[in-house]
Amino acid sequence: MRQVISVLVRNHPGVLSHVAGLFARRAYNIESIVAGVTERSDITRITLVVAGDEAVLEQVTKQLRKLIDVIRVIDLKYSQSITRELILMTVYLPAEKRVEFIQVANSFGATIVDISDQTATIEFSGNERRINTLLMALGPFKVKEIARTGLIALPTESIVADSREFLA
Amino acid sequence: MSGLKKGSEIIIEVLQEEGVDVLFGFPGGSVIPLYDALYDCSLRHILTRHEQGAAHAADGYARATGKVGVCIATSGPGATNLVTGLMNAYMDSVPLIAITGQVATHLIGNDSFQEADIYGISIPITKYNYLVKDVNDLGRVLKEAFYIARTGRPGPVLVDIPKDIQEVRTKYKPVKEVRIPSYHPTIKGHPKQIETALRAIKEAERPVAYVGGGVISSGATEELQQFIRTAVIPITTTLMGKGSFPEDDPLALGMLGMHGTRYANYSIYYSDLVLALGARFDDRVAGDVKKFAPQARIIHVDIDPAEIGKRVNVDIPIVGDLKTVLGQLTGKIKTVERKNWLDRIAQWKKEYPISYAKEGGLKPQYILECVNAIKGRDLIVATDVGQHQMWAAQYIQSRKPRSFITSGGLGTMGFGFPAALGAQVGCPDKTVVLISGDGSFQMNIQELATARTNNLPVKIFIFNNGFLGMVRQWQEFFCSKRYSQTRLEFNPDFVKVAEGYGIKGKKVLSTEEVLPAIEEALSYQEPYLVDFHIAPEENIFPMVPAGKGICEFFEEC
Repeated sequence: MRQVISVLVRNHPGVLSHVAGLFARRAYNIESIVAGVTERSDITRITLVVAGDEAVLEQVTKQLRKLIDVIRVIDLKYSQSITRELILMTVYLPAEKRVEFIQVANSFGATIVDISDQTATIEFSGNERRINTLLMALGPFKVKEIARTGLIALPTESIVADSREFLA
Repeated sequence: MSGLKKGSEIIIEVLQEEGVDVLFGFPGGSVIPLYDALYDCSLRHILTRHEQGAAHAADGYARATGKVGVCIATSGPGATNLVTGLMNAYMDSVPLIAITGQVATHLIGNDSFQEADIYGISIPITKYNYLVKDVNDLGRVLKEAFYIARTGRPGPVLVDIPKDIQEVRTKYKPVKEVRIPSYHPTIKGHPKQIETALRAIKEAERPVAYVGGGVISSGATEELQQFIRTAVIPITTTLMGKGSFPEDDPLALGMLGMHGTRYANYSIYYSDLVLALGARFDDRVAGDVKKFAPQARIIHVDIDPAEIGKRVNVDIPIVGDLKTVLGQLTGKIKTVERKNWLDRIAQWKKEYPISYAKEGGLKPQYILECVNAIKGRDLIVATDVGQHQMWAAQYIQSRKPRSFITSGGLGTMGFGFPAALGAQVGCPDKTVVLISGDGSFQMNIQELATARTNNLPVKIFIFNNGFLGMVRQWQEFFCSKRYSQTRLEFNPDFVKVAEGYGIKGKKVLSTEEVLPAIEEALSYQEPYLVDFHIAPEENIFPMVPAGKGICEFFEEC
């Protein structure tokens, strides 16, 4: 089981160590961790993707809440949240494959942000499924490097957004 | 520079505001400004001979008094020497403040002389920690530190203060109110859960209360006693819960767990309702959790929500402070007739009392019976860790909270002696007896100097068997008596060592000498050491091997 957990914490230099350290010392499996400021400069949002059975995930949530700096812990169900990840990907791109590559990129709405005589770099953001689909579609191209931000998420505020996320 | 205060002066001011009357510490380069400020202030400072001793002494002080203990160490090795003491306090939820010096802010991160990242090091071993980089934060940080240490589930808080922050002057405005928006311990039990619990207690035919250190931290022992007596529920305590309920009461079952009484473990096993109060189902208590209380519903009351459901599934969780929750429960509880259950337990008590073979040399159990029989004194028993600790847990009947001081969760050898000194500092009118082992005592033996210098009249009783006895016992049972590295081939003459520190002492080799030696020890208003040479291969029973169910006792061969 995987779970997206959004954690609002007091923003100070040691807070990420406190959160990340918790996962190490309690032997929880963490797939990604992303931290960034929120609408309030004194609050940071940490988005975690955690794997484990139900009991483990419950403990993760409780242990997070126990940290003094943690203001709120929100379990985000995939179906009730908007999740996004940003990916940068550089592929080897011989001249004869350029057209094909641009077609694939365009069909996904990915942006080509750099191009050299042998490579091209695209930028794409989407939910996990869209990113995986793009990666599959780009399968024929030889990858040089990939950088991913890890997942960020917010709860959906409306049913419409909910179903849109499903369709996305 | 009037109106401006140095960082070090702010520290002292906050300590005094917080009601601190004594500090335990050891100076060094990075705390020279703080020690300079201490030089002419009214705070008492106990100089230990090792920083670990300072941490344990502050811990023992906190356990004995219920106040926050404070220790001080310098940067680098001073700070790292506190690590075991902090972890020890964290495991047993003891309120402690550790103030460490740090190298000056401009030197941080340069691998400077005596620099250690104690902030990073102490994250997993403290409830919270701080590195103060701006003197204007210092007052607030220290106030928060005390607040966090003593509220909710208590614990140690470390404040790392660079040397320049101690020296620099600032306009200081005392912080009156602490507000931490992300920290709000739950105090009151949820009314619906209280109702559910009350119904379960009413319906139960075979209830048992399983009580841990939380009751003592919460100051809820009176509420507990009222609750237990009104509801007529037999009660077993953990090592940390000792003293929360008088152990000579007919409803008391003594300690449960690996070295618990058989009747405590049987009562849990055959119960239909376990009330876990401020306890955390530690593996040394619960053993194989699947075989812990298979027929029982479990009510778990704890101030720390993360403890609920951590090791066992709980039927009725209640998050809250025990003093409040027990009040909520007792207010509505009805006395229930439980004759059958109490008779059954009485039968177990008769059939399986705690006992030992009287012959075969000087028996540690006998010494503890003599200590337990000491009359007319307000006794605090501190222990180290090992066989002697478990014997003490079995044979010392604690009647009051904060009268049994021992390292539970971490099992820290070397804790007992400095903790006993701290307890004695906090409770000068009580008689503090340290039960230690020849192994444990040597781990902080240097504190004899602290005892002597401050004339702390702790009675040091060493249970000397020439072994690291607990490990030896496991090696006897599980490694075919291959005593690998557990024989202490050379032990010093502890009486002579004590003498070297100016402390009187006596060696005891036979049963007849025990009582006179204890009486003599008690007759002095100063520290006194008795080196009891006990039967070397005496074992601690009952015993449930690690990982087994609580009724799967190891049978004595």
